[in-house]
Amino acid sequence: MTLPELATETPLDRSQLKVSSSEVAVDMVGVNKWYGDFHVLKDINLRVMRGERIVIAGPSGSGKSTMIRCINGLEEHQKGRIVVDDIELTDDLKRIDEVRREVGMVFQHFNLFPHLTILENCTLAPIWVRKMPKKEAEDVAMQYLERVKIPEQANKYPGQLSGGQQQRVAIARALCMNPRIMLFDEPTSALDPEMIKEVLDVMVNLAASGMTMICVTHEMGFARQVANRVIFMDAGQIIEQNEPEEFFLHPQHERTKLFLSQILH
Amino acid sequence: MTVADAGRVGPPREYWYNNPTIRSIAIQVVLIAVVVGLVGWLTNNTITNLHQRGIASGFGFLGQRAGFDIVTFLPTNSESTYGYMLLAGLVDTVVVSALAIVIATIFGLIVGISRLSSNWLIRTIATVYIEFFRNIPPLLVILFWYLAVIAALPNIRDAIQFGPQISLSNRGFFMPRPVFGDGFGWTAGAFVLGLVIAYGLGRWGRARQMRTGQPFHSFWIGLAIVVVLTGAVFVATGAPLGIEMPVKTRFNINGGWTISPEFATMFLALGIYTASFIAEIVRSGIMAVSHGQTEAARALGLRSGLTLRLVVLPQALRVIIPPLASEYLNITKNTSLAVAVGFADLVSVGNNVLNPTGQSIEVVAIWMAFYLGLSVLISVAMNWFNARIALTER
Amino acid sequence: MSDIQSQTDVFFIRRQMAETLPPPRRTSGPIGWARANLFGSAADALLTIIGIVIAVAVLVPLVEWAFVNATWTGDNREACAANTIGACWAFVRANLGQFIYGRYPDPERWRVNVFFVLMAAGIIPLAIPSAPFKGLNLLYVFIIFPVVSGFLLLGGALGLPEVETALWGGLFLTLVVSYVGMALSLPFGILLALGRRSDMPAVHYVSVFIIEVCRGVPLITVLFMAGILLPLFFPTGVNFDKLLRALFGVSLFASAYMAEVIRGGLQAVPKGQYEGAKALGLGYWQMTRLIILPQAIKIVIPGIVNTFIGLFKDTSLVYIISIFELLSTVRNSFSNPDWATSTTPASGLAFAAIVFWIFCFGMSQYSRFIERRLNTGHRR
Repeated sequence: MTLPELATETPLDRSQLKVSSSEVAVDMVGVNKWYGDFHVLKDINLRVMRGERIVIAGPSGSGKSTMIRCINGLEEHQKGRIVVDDIELTDDLKRIDEVRREVGMVFQHFNLFPHLTILENCTLAPIWVRKMPKKEAEDVAMQYLERVKIPEQANKYPGQLSGGQQQRVAIARALCMNPRIMLFDEPTSALDPEMIKEVLDVMVNLAASGMTMICVTHEMGFARQVANRVIFMDAGQIIEQNEPEEFFLHPQHERTKLFLSQILH
Repeated sequence: MTVADAGRVGPPREYWYNNPTIRSIAIQVVLIAVVVGLVGWLTNNTITNLHQRGIASGFGFLGQRAGFDIVTFLPTNSESTYGYMLLAGLVDTVVVSALAIVIATIFGLIVGISRLSSNWLIRTIATVYIEFFRNIPPLLVILFWYLAVIAALPNIRDAIQFGPQISLSNRGFFMPRPVFGDGFGWTAGAFVLGLVIAYGLGRWGRARQMRTGQPFHSFWIGLAIVVVLTGAVFVATGAPLGIEMPVKTRFNINGGWTISPEFATMFLALGIYTASFIAEIVRSGIMAVSHGQTEAARALGLRSGLTLRLVVLPQALRVIIPPLASEYLNITKNTSLAVAVGFADLVSVGNNVLNPTGQSIEVVAIWMAFYLGLSVLISVAMNWFNARIALTER
Repeated sequence: MSDIQSQTDVFFIRRQMAETLPPPRRTSGPIGWARANLFGSAADALLTIIGIVIAVAVLVPLVEWAFVNATWTGDNREACAANTIGACWAFVRANLGQFIYGRYPDPERWRVNVFFVLMAAGIIPLAIPSAPFKGLNLLYVFIIFPVVSGFLLLGGALGLPEVETALWGGLFLTLVVSYVGMALSLPFGILLALGRRSDMPAVHYVSVFIIEVCRGVPLITVLFMAGILLPLFFPTGVNFDKLLRALFGVSLFASAYMAEVIRGGLQAVPKGQYEGAKALGLGYWQMTRLIILPQAIKIVIPGIVNTFIGLFKDTSLVYIISIFELLSTVRNSFSNPDWATSTTPASGLAFAAIVFWIFCFGMSQYSRFIERRLNTGHRR
C-alpha cells in the first residue's frame, strides 16, 4: 500500500498540534441507530479528545455521515450515550440546542441561506443565538471572512459565488459561533476539482489553529496531512482505526485493504 | 453521385410568397381585416337588433330610478338609481371577498401546515380536507351551505340561543349591534395612536437588539400599550358606547346586527373551498425550502421558532405569494356565484338591472371592467413583487 | 493540556462484525409507529387528541346521517317525511334516471348509454401511455366520436327519432359539455399559445387580448355574454341552440386557460430543439407539428389534466343560461312535490358531490401518475 499525496502545500507541523489527554470533547459509548428496521449504526464507541483531528473514511452508505450528524443531534440515536462537551444528548431540546452552540457543522451542499447576504449569513446566529450586538457580530464575521480569504464578497448573495467560495463562507459562518468542535460532512464532495484545494487549505489552517475537528471525507491526502487518527467505517460500524501513516501503509482488515485499493491508485 | 442526391432538382426557384417578410405582413393584414370585419359586422347586427327592440344604448340608464329593492351593505330603497344599485353590488362583492379571503387564508395556513405535520392523524385529516374540497365544484359547496346546512337550521321561533340576545336560525345570525356615541372618536384615535407607538417601539426594539444584542419583547409590550391606552381613553371619555339589542317580533327580528344566510353562505363556502387550494400553496411553498436550510439553521443553534421565522418563512413566502394572489383573485371571481343564492353581489345586481332595462351590453361591460381592472391591478402588483425579489436575490 | 499524542493505543481493529439487530421495541412495530407518528412529544399527543376530537365530531354524525339513520327505500316523500336526522337515499334512487339522463325520453336512453361506452372506448386507451395506435386514437377522439355521438344523441336521421337538446340533462349533459370543452380547448388553446409567442405583432396582440380577457373575468360573465349577448350580435332570425351557446362560452373560456398551460410547455422545450428543427430545413408548421408540440404537450400533460378538472367543475355554472347539467338537475328535483322534504336537499347534493368528486379525484390521480412518470423520465 502507498501513501496518498498531501492535499495542499500549506505547511502543517503536526508535532506542534496539541492533543489533550484529559479533556474529552466527544464521547460515544455503545451507540446504535435504526432507520425504521434498518440498523444503520452498530455499536459505535469513539472518544475524541480536545485538539484531535479525526478523519472518517468509508464507502458510501457506511454510516459515516449519520454518525457525525448524531454528534450535534441532527439525527437521534436509539441506544447508547453521546456526551459532547460534558453535555449528554437526550430528548431534551434545550440540551441539544446547547450542544449545537458549541459544535459547528459544514455540509456537503453548503446550505447557505440564499435570501441573506454573505455577511448576514455569518451574523444571523451570533445575533439571535449569542445575543451579540450587530456591529460586533459583523466585526467577528469580517474577521473570519478574511481568514477564509473572501472579505470582498461580504455583501453579495450566495447565488453569486462559486461552489468553493460558498463552502468557505459556510466554514466562516460556523466559526462565527466560536465553536469548540467542528464537524465536516463531506465538505468537498459537491465541488469541482479546481475548487477542492481552496476549501482544504482553509481546513488545514483551521487545524493549525488547534480546533477539534471530525471530518467525513474522501480526501485521503488531507487525512494524511492533518489527521491524528483515521477511522474506517463500513456497514454501520467502525472497522479499523489507526494513525494515518500506519493506516495507509499497513491496513489490517480485509475491508480496509479493499477500500484503500479502490480509492488510491 | 450518390443515391441521396437522386431527389435533388437543382436550386429551388424563388417565389415571392416564400419570402418570410411578405408572408408575415400578408398574414397580419388578413388577420386584422378579419378582426375588423367581424367586429364591424357584429356591431352592425347589434345596432340593428337594439333598434328593433327599442333599446337605447349608452350608460344613461344608470341615472334612472331602479324601482326594486335589494338587501346590501349600502342602504338602498326603491328610489335608488341603477347606478347606485350596481355600486351597492360592487361593495357587497368587495366585502364578501375580503371576508372570504381572511377565512381562506387562516384555514389554508392551518390545513397546509397540518399537512406537513409529523403527526399522522393531523396530516391525514388535512389531506382528506384538501382532497375533498379541491375536487368538487365551488357552486356545490355554496348550495350545500345554503340549502342543506342553513336551511336546515331551526326557524326563528325555535332559534338556537347563544346567550340572551344572540341567536342563530334559518333567517340568519342575530346579535346586538354596538352603537357609537359622541366622543367615541377619542377612543378610536387612542387605538390608532397605540398602534403607532407599538410600531415605533417594535422598530426601536429591533434597533436596540442590533446595537446591544439584547432582544426586546416588543410584540407583547406593544399589545399591552394598545390595550391599556385604548381602554383608558374609553373609560375617561365616559364609555360612549351603546348596544342596540335585536327585538323579536312575531315573524322576524328587528334591530341589532344580522348576518344574512346568503352572506354567511357566500363567505363560509368560498372561504372553506378556497382554503383547500391555499393549503396546497402553503405546503408547496414550505416544501420548496430545502431540508438542508432547516438543518443548517438548527446546526447553528437556532431554535425551531427562530428557524421558521428567519430562515424558512422568508424563503417560502417568495414561492407562496404569487399563486396566493391569484387565488385571492379567484375568490373575487367566485363571488359571482352569489347569483345562485340571491346574494346581491355585482353580478347578481347586474342581472337584476339587465332584465328590466335590456341594457345587457352595458352591464356585461361594467362586469368585465371591474374584474379585468382587478386582475390587471393584481398582476401589476405581482410583477413589482417578482422584480423586487429578483433584485435582492441577484 | 499535555502534548502526548499516544500513538500506541490509537490502533483498533474489529475482529468480529457487529450483528444486525432489530430496533428496540419502543421504536419499531405498532408501538414505535405510534410513538413516532402520534405521541412523539407532549405537543404531539395534544395534537393527536385534537385530531381524534375532530375526526369523531365529523365522522360519527356523518356515518349516522348517511348510514344509520338513512332511509333507503320508498316511492315518494312519505318515506322520508318523518326522517329529519338521516339521509333520504330513496329520493336519490327514485330520481337516479333523471340525474343521469335529464329529460331524455325513456325509450331512447340506450342511445346515451352507447354514447357513454363510445366515450370510454376513446378516452381509456388514450390515457394509457403504453397503449398502441395513438394517432388513430386521436382521430377517433377528436373527429369520429364527436360526429357519431352528435348523430346518435340528436337523432332525426337513420330512423332515430329526434331528441331536442332542451331535453338533455343530468350527468350525461355534464359529460357532453365538459367533453366538448376539452376537445375544443386543446386545438384552440394551442393556436392561442402559438399566437401569443408569435413574432407578428398583430397575431401576438390578438391572442393576448383573447387570453387575458377570458382569464380575467369569471366564467359566469362569459356565459352571460354567450347566453344574452350572442343573439344580439347576430342578424335577427339567426337563432342558436341554447346548448350551443353554452358550449361556445365554456370552450372559449377553457381555451384561454389551456393556452397558458401550453405556453408553459412551449417555453420549456429547449432552444436547441427549435434550432435543430430549423437546421433540418423544416418550415414553421412542420417544425411546430413534428418537433415542438409533441414535446411541449408531453411536458404539460399534468397541467392539461388540471385544466380539465377545472373545466369539469365549471360545467356546473351553465345552469345560468338554463341548461340543466347534473347539479342543476339535482337542485331542480328538490322542488318536486313528490319528494320535497327537509332532508332531500342534503341527500341530493351529497350524491352530486360524490359524482363530481369521483371524476375530479380520478383525473387528479391520473395527473399525479403522469407527473411521476415524467419525473422519472427526466432523472435518467
